[in-house]
Amino acid sequence: MIDIIQQFWRAFLWSDGYRMTGVAMTLWLLAVSISFGFVLSVPLAVARVSAHKCYAWPVWLFTYVFRGTPLYVQLLLFYSGLYSLDVVRDHQLLNAFFRDGLNCTLLSFALNTCAYTTEIFAGAIKATPHGEIEAGRAYGMTPFTLYRCVILPSALRRALPAYSNEVILMLHATSVAFVATVPDILKIARDANSATYDTFDAYGLAALLYLCISFILVALFRRAEWRLLAHLRPMNTEHDGHRQRDLSPSSKNKDVANVQTHG
Amino acid sequence: MYKLTVEDLHKRYGAHEVLKGVSLKAKAGDVISIIGSSGSGKSTFLRCINFLEKPNSGVIALNGETVRLQAGKNGELHPADHKQLQRIRTKLAMVFQHFNLWGHMTVLENVTEAPIHVLGVSREEARHKAIDYLRKVGLDERTYKMYPSHLSGGQQQRVAIARALAVEPEVMLFDEPTSALDPELVGEVLHVMQDLAEEGRTMVVVTHEMGFARNVSTHTLFLHQGLVEEEGDPEQVFTQTKSERLRQFLSGSLK
Repeated sequence: MIDIIQQFWRAFLWSDGYRMTGVAMTLWLLAVSISFGFVLSVPLAVARVSAHKCYAWPVWLFTYVFRGTPLYVQLLLFYSGLYSLDVVRDHQLLNAFFRDGLNCTLLSFALNTCAYTTEIFAGAIKATPHGEIEAGRAYGMTPFTLYRCVILPSALRRALPAYSNEVILMLHATSVAFVATVPDILKIARDANSATYDTFDAYGLAALLYLCISFILVALFRRAEWRLLAHLRPMNTEHDGHRQRDLSPSSKNKDVANVQTHG
Repeated sequence: MYKLTVEDLHKRYGAHEVLKGVSLKAKAGDVISIIGSSGSGKSTFLRCINFLEKPNSGVIALNGETVRLQAGKNGELHPADHKQLQRIRTKLAMVFQHFNLWGHMTVLENVTEAPIHVLGVSREEARHKAIDYLRKVGLDERTYKMYPSHLSGGQQQRVAIARALAVEPEVMLFDEPTSALDPELVGEVLHVMQDLAEEGRTMVVVTHEMGFARNVSTHTLFLHQGLVEEEGDPEQVFTQTKSERLRQFLSGSLK
């Protein structure tokens, strides 16, 4: 254990000497995919619940395909599959993009989490109380204002517990990045394993690091829920910080149960 | 000059005709109460006025400006000019039976939302006015930062009235504003509405509160099966009832 830590602690945390690795790489994968996924998923969720089939149907197809195939397979397709096509290799820009393993990984992660997030947000939008939408209309809001001021703020708040779950699942899902030679935590653990043959310690250390990141994410989301979901909380707990724990709707059991569906 | 005129409004759901030609004229300062049993079409009528329900035929005008309409595929009339409809809707503030406050906003935000984002009033000004209106409906500072779900029904409905006042409407529409309230909370809401009536605001009120219809309103409309069965001065309608149906309705509701 001490050997591995002495030899690999730097690589496990941020760098193996000439590139970003370990926790830093995992966090980078997570941050980029989650940000792109979020930004894309909000308009897609709006299209997904649209009454016009021509908006709703393509989004349905997108989420169906990306939720219906394992992330592992998606990554292989983007990384090895696409690059084997002449169309991609002959095109200068595409060639440059898909040659890089990190690009492929970020792209497939972003699209994958975007598909899940779109469905989460679409569900939350559909659950907006009809009376609140009606009130918006009655007060002269345009459809755009209605979405901006009433539907989205209310839906995104409501989606927070499910969304925090998705972010943690995405953290766990980043561990398939080694397929595309991206040096994330798991890749370093594999390197440590092959260098020392301390299999348990090498992977145990990786597990501990994932656990720490999850813990921080859970804490951040709990704070966010406490602030943003105040209107769904009984009033007498308003100033009672100790009850915070019991009221947080995110559940760890679900994280574990859903991990397989994610790839 | 009428503030609000509704002429010959018809509304069908499939083969079932809910409104069979209802008209209404309101001058400035009129308080028109619409009474009738459940299913008589009184709520539908009110909701047609600001197009939350789309009528099948009829003419609606506010301050002489007729809402431009065009026929849709299913026989309903659709607003031809959405900008015009949105402008007219801001002058027809509605108070709902179930309050329909925006749950994720505080009391103060509920009242400032439409002025800021629909009318383009500055935040500062909207805030000042909101506080005035909240005071007027009897809500004090402690409630401003609370969320609707933390208030009683009566308080929520008073916030909804403040929200309606905040857009400075020409006509206020009340859709059974006290029907969802516990009996002991009805009084505080009716009291606020009476104050508004005395201020000379133009109001159209669908209500089951016969006391309010009789004592506060200036004109009463009794709807029965989608038609105006009887209308007129409340005192006359209530004491010298002509229609047999209204007599039955009143004797039932006074039990």
